[in-house]
Amino acid sequence: MTATMQAPVPVFEEEGNGRKLAIICSKGSLDMAYPGLVLANAALAEGIETHLFFTFWGFDMINKKTMAHLKFTPVGNPATHMPTLLMGLPGMTAFATHMMKRQIEGIDIPEVPEFLQMISDAGGHLWACRMSADMMHIEESDLYDKVEGIISAGDFMELSQGAQIIFI
Amino acid sequence: MPLATIAGTDVHVDNEGFLTDYEEWTEDLARQLAANIGIELTDTHWKALRFMRDDFKAKGESPTLRRVTNEAGIPTKDLFTLFPKKPAKKMAYIAGVPKPRGCV
Repeated sequence: MTATMQAPVPVFEEEGNGRKLAIICSKGSLDMAYPGLVLANAALAEGIETHLFFTFWGFDMINKKTMAHLKFTPVGNPATHMPTLLMGLPGMTAFATHMMKRQIEGIDIPEVPEFLQMISDAGGHLWACRMSADMMHIEESDLYDKVEGIISAGDFMELSQGAQIIFI
Repeated sequence: MPLATIAGTDVHVDNEGFLTDYEEWTEDLARQLAANIGIELTDTHWKALRFMRDDFKAKGESPTLRRVTNEAGIPTKDLFTLFPKKPAKKMAYIAGVPKPRGCV
């Protein structure tokens, strides 16, 4: 071996510096809950300030009654590569949900409540939409404990200033 | 993989400075790696690092933060305090294992 050099030191601090991410979660189905959760978790692991804003059907992800019971429906979803007519049969949603949950668990990904807990523990911020709450007659006590508040669209604009925004 | 020196020891590292040979890691080296990124190792740091190494050896890949939390019993919040901002990558760097490749 020839003479050696001092080993480089990875740059950890610079990359996340000042970067901010806001993810709008507007869907309440199992398959549409995960993209936001995975991205938020990944952003936090990179030291990026991360906010999740739940609106409309996205409320099912933070409603204590529904958050652990999100469903996947194959109806009208061409990605299942199955005849649409069959997908509408009774029990098909329960079956598809069961299958998807098993696949998710199989690759060691947490269920929605544990995922939200992880995100909150990692310093992520969870917000609920005022208009959706009013429409659905939902109060803060109905929502997952880690939700920091029910805020208006205007409030969201303020807190997401300078952030990159992802709409799901 | 280039050969480089850390704390007077010859080791193999990648372009970023992560050790690439599991067997070349020592505790002294870990202390130096930690110091390189501004971390002084406490008992809890060591607990996390030993889990990283044991789990990598057992599974053949670096554990995710969730595994460290669930299997080693160190809460996620604490990991972010012990290894600020980027716990998964910082732990991997100090423990001499590759960056975790999983998404979660």
